[in-house]
Amino acid sequence: MLIGGCALVTAAIKAAGPIALGGRELPDRFTGVIALMAPALLAALVVTAALADGDRLSIGPDTAGVTAGGLVAWGTESIIGCVIVAALVTALVRAIS
Amino acid sequence: MSVGAQREEHTSTFADGVRAGIPFAVAGGLLSISFGVVAQKAGLSAVAAIVMSAIVFAGSAQFAAVAIIAQGGTVGAAVAAAALVNSRFLPMGVALGPSLPGGAAARAAQGQTVVDASWALASRDDGSFDRMMLFGSSAIQYVSWTTGTVVGAIWGEKLGDPETLGLDAIYPAFFLALLLVEIKSRRALGVAALGALIALALVPVAPPGVPVLVASLASLVGLRRSAR
Repeated sequence: MLIGGCALVTAAIKAAGPIALGGRELPDRFTGVIALMAPALLAALVVTAALADGDRLSIGPDTAGVTAGGLVAWGTESIIGCVIVAALVTALVRAIS
Repeated sequence: MSVGAQREEHTSTFADGVRAGIPFAVAGGLLSISFGVVAQKAGLSAVAAIVMSAIVFAGSAQFAAVAIIAQGGTVGAAVAAAALVNSRFLPMGVALGPSLPGGAAARAAQGQTVVDASWALASRDDGSFDRMMLFGSSAIQYVSWTTGTVVGAIWGEKLGDPETLGLDAIYPAFFLALLLVEIKSRRALGVAALGALIALALVPVAPPGVPVLVASLASLVGLRRSAR
């Protein structure tokens, strides 16, 4: 039930987007909006995952880890380095706090 | 491998997509190991956790649904949470639509391949999408996502607590790395900051998933025509 339900809603949502406009080209004005959708969505995902704990905002070891990982990604462009440093720093801060 | 290496290519092959997706697949694989562990702690069997990854293939929705089950929530509540968390795929799909060929059914089928990293990799600066980049990078991530879940679900207990290992930081770090690639202009930086603020403001008052969906409205800044 759980798995089937999750699979169905996910497939429905993913199918709805591409057919919503009937395949028409978007008006020019909106291409600028689409190009900016990725930064808006990704930034929201990052802060909610790193700072939200249910419906509360909290700064914890994972916040420190994600910040460290972000610095690695900024400096080296390595996503693997980023996630490994984030996990290591989070584990370390959690171990000593 | 450089996160931005494939970005300059205008039209990619499937193999280009697979190659560009490798770093994200490795990171996603680590994340799905922790999913395998967390799902079992919530009471799912190893097989159920693996099947869920194989047919749902949406990390954040899977974590959200399993968290609600772990807290004693109903199946209905868990599915609703998964739908809300996945609601961001709606604007992403709308953006992608015009770049996909074929009739409605064909476009809906191609839309199933969207995951966050591949969608971001495939998005071009002009608002169009590189289809093969999307398919290739999703394919390799699908392989690692299901493989990681198998590892986590079968051998997870030997790994210990995912939080002790800091595995919970992988998910936000993954998106942060993706975000840094996307911030190529002052305007994109401003939109990212606005999206983050909207999401944070809504966290205390809205159910999970809604803050991220509403944050996508920050991209409406793009309606204002001005030099980047």
